[in-house]
Amino acid sequence: MAEITQGGGGGKKGGKIRSKKTSTRIDMTPMVDLAFLLLTFFVMTTTLNKPQTMEITMPEEDEKEPPKVNEKHVLTLVMGKNDKIFWYIGITDPEVKVTNFSHTGIRKLLLEKKRDIPKLIVLIKSLDESKYKNMVDILDEMAINSIQRYAIVDVTPVDKELIKDVQI
Amino acid sequence: MSKVRPHRATPSLDMTPMVDLAFLLVTFFMLTTKFAAEEPVPVDTPSSTSTIKIPDTNILTIMVSKDGLVFFNMDGQYNRAAVLQKMGTKYGVEFDQTEQHSFAVMGASVGLPIGSMKQFLDMSPEDRKLVKQTGIPLDSLHNELADWVLESRLSNRMLRIAIKGDRDADFPTVKKVIKTLIDRKVNRFNLITNEEKESS
Repeated sequence: MAEITQGGGGGKKGGKIRSKKTSTRIDMTPMVDLAFLLLTFFVMTTTLNKPQTMEITMPEEDEKEPPKVNEKHVLTLVMGKNDKIFWYIGITDPEVKVTNFSHTGIRKLLLEKKRDIPKLIVLIKSLDESKYKNMVDILDEMAINSIQRYAIVDVTPVDKELIKDVQI
Repeated sequence: MSKVRPHRATPSLDMTPMVDLAFLLVTFFMLTTKFAAEEPVPVDTPSSTSTIKIPDTNILTIMVSKDGLVFFNMDGQYNRAAVLQKMGTKYGVEFDQTEQHSFAVMGASVGLPIGSMKQFLDMSPEDRKLVKQTGIPLDSLHNELADWVLESRLSNRMLRIAIKGDRDADFPTVKKVIKTLIDRKVNRFNLITNEEKESS
C-alpha cells in the first residue's frame, strides 16, 4: 500500500528522476502472512486432534450368582436394525414398544422411567444387526440421563421372540 | 488552534518482534505436533458427550473397521519390538532385527495374521500401504488378538486399552473384541469417540 501512494506522488512532481534512496527495510508482509498461516494451522491441528474417550467397566465373568432384583425395576432396551430401540419393563409378559435415538424418543423415555422408578436398572442388549454406533449412543444416553445402574448383556432367544411381533 | 500536521510517513511499522514471536511459535508447534500415522483403513468414530481425553502414552488401540476387520496398534517402540518377538516365538515365526525395527517404528495400525506379518514387514513402507490387510484373527479357536493383548500387557504394565470402532461397524465384531478383553481379565477399557457435533 505504501508503494502505491509513493508512486502517485511521484507523478505530480514534474517527472524529475531522483536517485531513490534504497531503504534497508524489506517488506516482510508475505513472510509474516505465511508465518501466521502456519501458526494458525499448527494451533488448530494440535488442539483439535485429541479424541475423546468413554470409559466403561465390564463386570468380571465369574460363577457368582448375579444379584436378584425386582423385575419391575428392570428396563430392557434391545437395539435393532436401522437405529431402532425395542424396550419393555419387567420380564413376565411385557409389552414391547419401539422407540428411536431422537430427542423425544429414548431421552424422554429414560427420563420418565427414571422418575417413575427410583431403583431403575437398565439392561442394554444389542441384536446382531445393530451397529457399534448404537452401543456408544446408548451408553452416552446413560451418561446424559445420569443412570448409574446399567449393564450390557447378550440377547436371549426370549427377547428375539418378543421383538418379532413388534417388528415392522 | 494549532493544527497538527498530518505526518506523512510510510505506514510501515516495525514488525520484527512480532515476526520473531510468530516464528518462535511456529517452530514450537511444528516440533511438538505429532502427525498421526496413515491408517490402513479410515475409521469414523461415533460421537459422544464424553469429555475425557485419551492419554498420549501407554495406550493400546484396537481398531474395528467398517467391514468388521480388527487392527492392532500400540505405542512405545521398545515394547512394540518386544511384543512382536514374543508373538513370533508363540506362533513359530522368527523375526530378525530389521523386521522388529520396522515394526517398532511403524506408527500405523496393523491388521494381519502373524503368519503373513513377516512378509509384510519385509516390504518397503510405500508397498505396505498397498497391501489389503485382512484383520487380526478373532475366532474362538484361533484368537490372535487375545495373544496380542496378553503380550502387550506383559511388556507394559501401565497399558490402557482403547477400542476405536467405526460408527457403522457391526455389533457382533465389537462384541467379540469385548469378549476377548474380558476373557483376558481386561474389564476396564476405553471407547474412543469424538466430540458431539449435532445436537440430538
